[in-house]
Amino acid sequence: MEYDVPDDRYYTESHEWLEERNGSARIGIADFAQDELGDIVFVDLPAVGETFAKGDAFGVIESIKAVSDIYVPVGGEIVDRHETVVDEPELVNDDPFGEGWLVEIEATDGIEDPDLLSPEEYRNQIE
Amino acid sequence: MSLQKPPLYQEHAAADADFTDFGGWEMPVSFESITSEHRAVRESAGIFDVSHMGEVSVSGPDATELMNRLTTNAVESLGPDDAQYACILREDGSILDDTVVYRYPDEEGYLFVPNAGNDAEMASRWSEFARRWDLDASARNLTDERGMIAVQGPDAVERVAEGADHPVEDLSRFSAARTTIDDVPCLVARTGYTGEDGFEIIFPSEGAETVWRAFDDVQPCGLGARDTLRLEAGLLLSGQDFHPEEEPRTPYEAGLGFVVDLSKDRFVGRAELEAQKEAGADEQLVGIRVEGSGIARHGYPILVDGTEVGHVTSGTMSPTFDVPIALGYVDAEYAGDETDLQIDIRGRTVEATVVNHRFLETLGNNT
Repeated sequence: MEYDVPDDRYYTESHEWLEERNGSARIGIADFAQDELGDIVFVDLPAVGETFAKGDAFGVIESIKAVSDIYVPVGGEIVDRHETVVDEPELVNDDPFGEGWLVEIEATDGIEDPDLLSPEEYRNQIE
Repeated sequence: MSLQKPPLYQEHAAADADFTDFGGWEMPVSFESITSEHRAVRESAGIFDVSHMGEVSVSGPDATELMNRLTTNAVESLGPDDAQYACILREDGSILDDTVVYRYPDEEGYLFVPNAGNDAEMASRWSEFARRWDLDASARNLTDERGMIAVQGPDAVERVAEGADHPVEDLSRFSAARTTIDDVPCLVARTGYTGEDGFEIIFPSEGAETVWRAFDDVQPCGLGARDTLRLEAGLLLSGQDFHPEEEPRTPYEAGLGFVVDLSKDRFVGRAELEAQKEAGADEQLVGIRVEGSGIARHGYPILVDGTEVGHVTSGTMSPTFDVPIALGYVDAEYAGDETDLQIDIRGRTVEATVVNHRFLETLGNNT
């Protein structure tokens, strides 16, 4: 199975992606994750202003088959949450790297983190 | 013990299905997506490989008596080609398995279909009791020699009629007929597990690919959609909504009183059921509509005003109604329609309501 792995972002071992945007970082789940989960029916996201340390669970994605915690790739404060995806969770399946984005975080320590995976490293992991 | 592969395993692998272990069988969960497969069945037609189900044939002069004593429904009322849904009980009245019993159209004897993984136990149960009661009847476990598929949906009858070499479109619900599909001998029954019209088709395993491919323009559906469809129809899942060890339930607790014929002379479990019918069951199966967000899953506690009164046995997001639905057992006093409940969804309390568990009718009327 060929999974999408866009080259313009970082990844985590737990299949989140992080995309740098004008000082903050946008976070979502990767194609592999949405495929594993199947039809997503609920997306539980934190409120703007909540803070998390790197690796903390910041939300839950629930599909018919499974419930999955999602983890922040870097620590920081939530500065935006994607309301549309809460109302239309299927966007995460249909467009996981675009309209399926989940939150934006202002990273406390910046986004240069050795634990983040490059697209190449992530591709190797999911093969 | 390794998983059994159904005769159609290669077909499913070639179609890139996602697989799971179900009842000791490696079965497809989905081919496309649970939701799209579910919709295909509700709107046109879907085809399921259900070869993991068991097939046990029962023959001999005392076959009717043996079937009658080991199942809850009125076997002697079956004419040739009739089928009926029934429970198989233990002495204490709890359900071992549910099954559909077919009386063969053209020969003496019966076929019944135990759930996946239960065939050996049921076949030997039948043989053991025939011996114990000195009945002239024998049971043969045909599961490894048979395949089974289901074609379900508003267009299913038409599609199967096109594929079958004898007329089947006039078969009434719970009737069966023998025919061939591309020269493979089949038993075709107007039964199903989805709440839609359609057929279940049983054939020798060597014919599996031929029969499956006769319907290659019908959307293949996996066990994921099978579960969302049967839940919407309010149908129970053996091993989950009742289980001899983990969830022992009588037919009265499980809402299956309609397949119990207490006027029968004798059947295993009868005495316990008579007593429970008299006294009333302490706990009852209910249908649940979740009012908040989250799926109520197997094992989740059911509360009323903070007190635990039951638990969920099955739940999903209903693709047709876009609302989470569930089945569960609650103390009888909370089993009335419109009772307000709360479900503990992983530490969060979510509001829910008791509704009649035939969700297709109950929720359909509210839209």
